[in-house]
Amino acid sequence: MAAENPNPKISLYYQTRAAHHGVVTSDWLAQAQAAAGGRSDDVVSENYLSSGEEDGKGFSVVDEFNNWRKQPELAEAVAAIRALASVIRSSQATTMMELEIELKKAVDSLKSWDTTSISLTAGCDLFIRYVTRTSALEYEDFDSAKSRLIERAEKFGEISYKARRIIAMLGQDFILDGCTILVHGFSRVVLEVLRTAAQNKKQFRVFCTEGRPDRTGLRLSNELAKLDVPVKLLIDSAVAYSMDEVDMVFVGADGVVESGGIINMMGTYQIALVANSMNKPVYVAAESYKFARLYPLDQKDMEPALRPIDFGVPIPSKVEVETSARDYTPPQYLTLLFTDLGVLTPSVVSDELIQLYL
Amino acid sequence: MDSRRVPRTVSDPKVRQVGFFAPAAPLDRSESGPPAPTSSSPPVSDVSPSGNSLSPVMIPPPRHLSTDLSRHFPLGPPISPLRVARAADTSIPVGSYNPSEFLTPTATTEFSEDPLSPRWGRRGSSGKFATSLPAGGFNMALAKQKNAVNLPPDGGSNVEVQKEQRAVTGKPLKEKTTKAERRALQEAQRAAKAAAKGEGSKTGASGVNTANSNTGKPVKAVSQKKDSSSVAASEKKGGDRQPDKDRKKDVPHPRMQFDDANRVEKAKKRSVVKQTEAKNRVELFRHLPQYEHGTQLPELESKFFQLDTVHPAVYKVGLRYLAGDISGGNARCIAMLQAFQESIKDYSTPPEKSLIRDLTTKINGYVSFLIECRPLSISMGNAIRFLKTRIAQLPLNLSESEAKVHLISDIDRFISEKIILADKVIVKHAVTKIRDGDVLLTYASSSAVEMMLLHAHELGKHFRVVIVDSRPKLEGQKLLRRLVGKGIHCTYTHINAVSYIMHEVSRVFLGASSVLSNGTVYSRVGTACVAMVAHQFHVPVLICCEAYKFHERVQLDSICSNELGDPDVISKVSGRKEINTLDGWANSENLQLLNLMYDATPSDYVSMIITDYGMIPPTSVPVIVREYRREHLWI
Repeated sequence: MAAENPNPKISLYYQTRAAHHGVVTSDWLAQAQAAAGGRSDDVVSENYLSSGEEDGKGFSVVDEFNNWRKQPELAEAVAAIRALASVIRSSQATTMMELEIELKKAVDSLKSWDTTSISLTAGCDLFIRYVTRTSALEYEDFDSAKSRLIERAEKFGEISYKARRIIAMLGQDFILDGCTILVHGFSRVVLEVLRTAAQNKKQFRVFCTEGRPDRTGLRLSNELAKLDVPVKLLIDSAVAYSMDEVDMVFVGADGVVESGGIINMMGTYQIALVANSMNKPVYVAAESYKFARLYPLDQKDMEPALRPIDFGVPIPSKVEVETSARDYTPPQYLTLLFTDLGVLTPSVVSDELIQLYL
Repeated sequence: MDSRRVPRTVSDPKVRQVGFFAPAAPLDRSESGPPAPTSSSPPVSDVSPSGNSLSPVMIPPPRHLSTDLSRHFPLGPPISPLRVARAADTSIPVGSYNPSEFLTPTATTEFSEDPLSPRWGRRGSSGKFATSLPAGGFNMALAKQKNAVNLPPDGGSNVEVQKEQRAVTGKPLKEKTTKAERRALQEAQRAAKAAAKGEGSKTGASGVNTANSNTGKPVKAVSQKKDSSSVAASEKKGGDRQPDKDRKKDVPHPRMQFDDANRVEKAKKRSVVKQTEAKNRVELFRHLPQYEHGTQLPELESKFFQLDTVHPAVYKVGLRYLAGDISGGNARCIAMLQAFQESIKDYSTPPEKSLIRDLTTKINGYVSFLIECRPLSISMGNAIRFLKTRIAQLPLNLSESEAKVHLISDIDRFISEKIILADKVIVKHAVTKIRDGDVLLTYASSSAVEMMLLHAHELGKHFRVVIVDSRPKLEGQKLLRRLVGKGIHCTYTHINAVSYIMHEVSRVFLGASSVLSNGTVYSRVGTACVAMVAHQFHVPVLICCEAYKFHERVQLDSICSNELGDPDVISKVSGRKEINTLDGWANSENLQLLNLMYDATPSDYVSMIITDYGMIPPTSVPVIVREYRREHLWI
């Protein structure tokens, strides 16, 4: 399955993202181009160096992944899962070990595609565990075992895809008439929850934080306006000021870590602290494939994910800018997690992870 | 994702068989308990703990203040032996309710007459539960209800008792029926119970042996007496026995309470090591054993060649415990297991006896001996439980030599997998949490933390270590010597300076003797202090503990279960003869010295526990205990 990079100058990742959101700053593109330098080399060299069927596989994983990612509604991890499922399907391996090795290679290439995405890494790991953790592997013949694997893989993909619907149904129960919700960051899961609540004719209003520098608040308010939900935009600094009127805080998560805390867009920790001190519940909507085996002890204990910030005016070079894109919110500030496994308290995350991984 | 979960079988709410009732009876009895106690009779019959509030465990208050005092002890003093006795198997002659102790509370009658009627009414209602409970066995459900109802603490040490029972599983309630009544009941039930409980108590015995630590146990009496009947029963793993046995196994047995003079007498008769009780003991800790230190060693050494009950290797290990040569959970556990290996090698089944039963009896004997030398640590308890499970699961058709080889290799595997390999995994996880430029603080000397620091240093990380130490053991000095020898930058200070030094620290690494099911870390005394200060300074606290040390017990404070060390070392400072103000402290009546060995750190102060199963939050300890005990973690 030969494929080309349509625009070798800009990495596919940022291209699809830009296409999804339609909000691209020049800074962002510049960064994307810089990233693309490394990216396209990888892709091209993979084509040249390896030979045989493995090469085609390795190449097509990332391709598959990107094809799936083109749908804006699809989460990254789900796209990865679907891509991995197709790896199994199209695999030419004849033994279990070979298949597992192929899968592992595919996972590695996906992970290296974006090293900072927690949900991608977690999703891949979970997929591997889920798929290979079947006793059927031991005594059936290879073909039936393989079809078992494919079955499980598709099932996992289905579950993950439907996860958002399940979370929406669970979450909208917590939205009561007349309540005010504070939302931070543009999470498709949270949007789904709000959409479902609106469709169920609930009366509520939403405060969106502006979400600099990604302007997530603007996008979200756009979407909510389409749903006829009353929206109010706040600048990030106005959160404590408005927290009195707020009844609950809703955020998504890039990743849920073992302690039960979440890694999310920069600013989430701040909001959780303020909400906690004012006794407002903080609800997190996250699919279960985002559960990762990380355990940060403090803010700096994670892989840094940097993104450049455009201040609109040139900054002198002596001035340092904090460019981290995400922060860690410890579990004691979170009230509940809405996942496709149900409504959980933060301490259950470790329970789930132990059950799955050990 | 749901399909991957194995449906968990819901176990029955645990009906604790307490005292003298046949297993089928409990629920009926609980209903038939006096539905509404009248205000007049309850004083004596219902409210047992009011009597006990004057038992030796509490400082006797002036009469009129007694009620207030009982209000102020929410957790309740360690429960008197009278209650413990109820939970123990009936084979123990229930001199457990000591007639003399019964008579003490003439005070109680007045005492209980004292309170005003509204309070009395409440006490009455709590009394109702009190009677129904010991009557019906300790029905957990009831207790839960009761706690939910949230009776005021002045509802008697009854509530305290309840709470404590919930917290410290295994302490049954005592009710104040008349002596004769109880005796009659007891005789009748004992017969019924002996048959039914035969098998349960065997595992109960092993449960006691292993599940409880740091205080002596009635196990010696139980095991030695009941071995013949119970061991026979244990062979059949019949279905109807199974739930009983499991229930018993799941619920840890009460530990021996040393303030019951009668029980202590009996225990002494069987003991190999003649310990003399210390004088001048702290009232609050009367339930823990405390003996004069240093008196038995010469005598025991001379007895070395006259042993027949105890294998020489075990004897050696026991002596080393007594002398204090081996300390530290892992070291003690490994030494004990290796001694058991030796004894198994030399073991030969006597004629007409089955290997499994006889070997188990022998092991029980060794364990009693070791307990006399020094109370078991939780890690040792778990290891013994493992060994006994393996012995009990030996296939019957194995020849003796095969069985012995099996066991020896099992022990080897346990040591290598659960201790040595586990330590390696812990070190591997822990070094990922050390960054360059960190200042790490550790307290006393933990083998796991030491290994981790050395490994991190080998990996070339740049960090500095602060070692906090405390008297009297000064274990940190040994750690300091070893670390400095390897070239690590160290700072050494005592625990009174921990809040001074904490602002420089970026991470705190602590070891643990055990981690309990509510996330409480049970470790060397002083650990709680360090963890609390670290928490206050927002410094993350990481506990390094192997998973075999986890226990399903729950402990809320450091009092109900602990170990008492030699009080003399507190009064002396080594190397400074001129500090002698406390010489002759034993002669003063008003002075009692307390040397605690362990303390309990609440889970709120712990950020993460690093085990061989990875890094887990403290709330996940029961998950590991549940998942892996069920899947035979020990195998």
